[in-house]
Amino acid sequence: MSDVPTLEIDHLDKSYGSVRALRDMTFDVHGGEIFGFVGSNGAGKTTTMRITLGVLAADAGEVRWDGRPVDLDVRRRIGYMPEERGLYPKMKVGEQLVYLARLHGMSTSEARAATEHWTELLGVAARRDDEVQKLSLGNQQRVQLAAALVTHPEILVLDEPFSGLDPVAVDVMSGVLRERAEAGVPVIFSSHQLELVERLCDRVGIIRDGTTVAVGTIDDLRTTPTQRWLVDGPPSGGGGGVDEGGGTGGADGDGERAPGWALALPGVTVVSTDGPRTVLELAPDAADGAEQAVLRAALDAGPVREFTRVRPSLVDLYRDVVAATGADDEPGDEGDASDHAAGGTGAAA
Amino acid sequence: MNGPVALVAGREITTRLRSRAYLITTALLLAAVVAGGLVLHLAQGSSSAQVVGLTPQTASLAAPLEATAEAAGLDVSTRQVADDAAATAGVEDGSLDAALTGDLPAFTVVVEKDLDAQATTVLTGLRQQTALADAVTRLGGDPAQVSQEVAGATLDVHALNPEPARDGAQVVAGYVAGILLFLTLQTCAQMVAQGVVEEKSSRVVELLLATIRPWQLMVGKVLGIGVVGLVQVAVVVVGGVASASAFGLVDTSDIDLGASALWSLVFFVVGFVMYAFAVAALASLVSRQEDVGSVVGPMILFMVIPYVVGISIAPWDPDNPIVVALSYIPFCAPLVMPIRVALGTVDTWQVLVSLGLSLVLVPALVWLAARIYSNAVLRTGAKVRVRDALRAA
Repeated sequence: MSDVPTLEIDHLDKSYGSVRALRDMTFDVHGGEIFGFVGSNGAGKTTTMRITLGVLAADAGEVRWDGRPVDLDVRRRIGYMPEERGLYPKMKVGEQLVYLARLHGMSTSEARAATEHWTELLGVAARRDDEVQKLSLGNQQRVQLAAALVTHPEILVLDEPFSGLDPVAVDVMSGVLRERAEAGVPVIFSSHQLELVERLCDRVGIIRDGTTVAVGTIDDLRTTPTQRWLVDGPPSGGGGGVDEGGGTGGADGDGERAPGWALALPGVTVVSTDGPRTVLELAPDAADGAEQAVLRAALDAGPVREFTRVRPSLVDLYRDVVAATGADDEPGDEGDASDHAAGGTGAAA
Repeated sequence: MNGPVALVAGREITTRLRSRAYLITTALLLAAVVAGGLVLHLAQGSSSAQVVGLTPQTASLAAPLEATAEAAGLDVSTRQVADDAAATAGVEDGSLDAALTGDLPAFTVVVEKDLDAQATTVLTGLRQQTALADAVTRLGGDPAQVSQEVAGATLDVHALNPEPARDGAQVVAGYVAGILLFLTLQTCAQMVAQGVVEEKSSRVVELLLATIRPWQLMVGKVLGIGVVGLVQVAVVVVGGVASASAFGLVDTSDIDLGASALWSLVFFVVGFVMYAFAVAALASLVSRQEDVGSVVGPMILFMVIPYVVGISIAPWDPDNPIVVALSYIPFCAPLVMPIRVALGTVDTWQVLVSLGLSLVLVPALVWLAARIYSNAVLRTGAKVRVRDALRAA
């Protein structure tokens, strides 16, 4: 891992007046890795990205690339997609992309070639001679991504690249990010589409109140101290009276044959039951293979149609981390404010 | 070295030179100065020479008539006719405006209806000359010598408070310079303001500033729009100078057309630099085109003061203390000094002093503008206060 260049976000602090936007924000993204950045509105995602790009100065902390502080020279090699989309509305798509590429230090011919390449790949080649304002929002978004990519960036920082895209465009965009990561580029993007983040990202950072509360691979994050297993087979009564499904469906017969088969197992607790579906939790000190005893007990009680490990989804993790502690008013207020702002523009449009 | 600045300026130049509004404005301004020259030319042409017919008996009056007429500012040409009858016929059919018939010294003036006041004065003088010459001859003198001595006697006027000399062409040039500089400085300042806010409102500024520094963006923009404005001014000035020369408007004038044109261009550049940086800084405080007026408006209104003073007072009273003062004060000088140069009432050293006073201010202005712009341009939303923009790091 040591020879892979890494983008390090190191203990960033930032306040806007009395509002503390970032506190001790720390994580890193390695070359060739897609890093998903999730958190509620106003949690500090955009602030972190803007500091990385140098359009905002941190009060404290540092951003490093390959061990050195990110300066203007490094920033010119970052492909950036700001949260607030920004292109010259009255400039032609092609000219605009060439101009941006040249600002990043490319020659005119390189810039033209890159513009052709990315507009074709992103499906907006036919619109190169149109003014940006004449494009649909989805196509404007593709051009915006092209603007981040035409410079052959060594690093990609994308703020909400998927918002407002149709499913086909999402696939195109995902493919491009994957391909860039495979080429060794560290890709960091923020999104509220957690299923997408789960599917696409190698690692995820969940932030709250301007600080990271969980960082790791999806598998790491989903690993809980205790294992949970789902059994779709003979119903198990009990489970602390959460048996809401026991009286429904045609499972009565099974239930009579083996009432509470799971309750008898040592070191196993029933988390929930829903008709034939029972979720069990093994004790933290359970030995490897302890689940096999569960399976055998279930089979003894009746036919088993599904036996699978239950892991929390990113949505569950996110809710645990963000929503459960959302009693804090500060970030909520900020999020509300931006929600109102967004609603206002939406209504006006 | 300054690649980004050149790229930003290049984008401004290429996109703006192609814009329809710019092309139309330039064409209209050019058409206005050329059409103005044409109108002045036609107006001059209408006061054409009066033709006076001379018979063989009065032919000797040709030279003194033309000399007296010229001294009186009247354009008179003479034509020989065969005799008195032919002269009368010429006046009748309109080919002659007047004819001098009869014998010297008591010649008769034949006209269609009557003689206008100026011609009466000229011809009366001529008649008195012939009477004088006749008397001199009869007294045994040489009329030629007498008239030569009389002609040599000129009036010696000692004015205690002389009015600066200027002629019609200079006044017109003063007007044109004043109006042109006001119009172009104002349009260019507006272009800068709108350009800054366009980038801010479309948020493209965030994308740009991830790559280049704020001052590079601001300087490139000002430079690019400056070139675009200078091209416009140069086209109009060259068009004006060319039409003035082609229509012969300045043949009899004391105006130094080359100096007027050159100083107008120089003061456009200086005025533009100062107003552009000030306006760029002010415009960076707001996020929407609708709000541009609230920050830039006072600046534009301010330009009206030197403009109105320059246009309404300077041509009639070039040494008016207010006019003179404004022609040295930075921000006002670019709008007033070119008028005074066109009127021919300033020395070169005075122009240079005025220019120097403005230029001294430029570095401080650019520094201040860069600071405000850098701090404000990324803050979207509510209007940023100047004090906050200056203080924030």
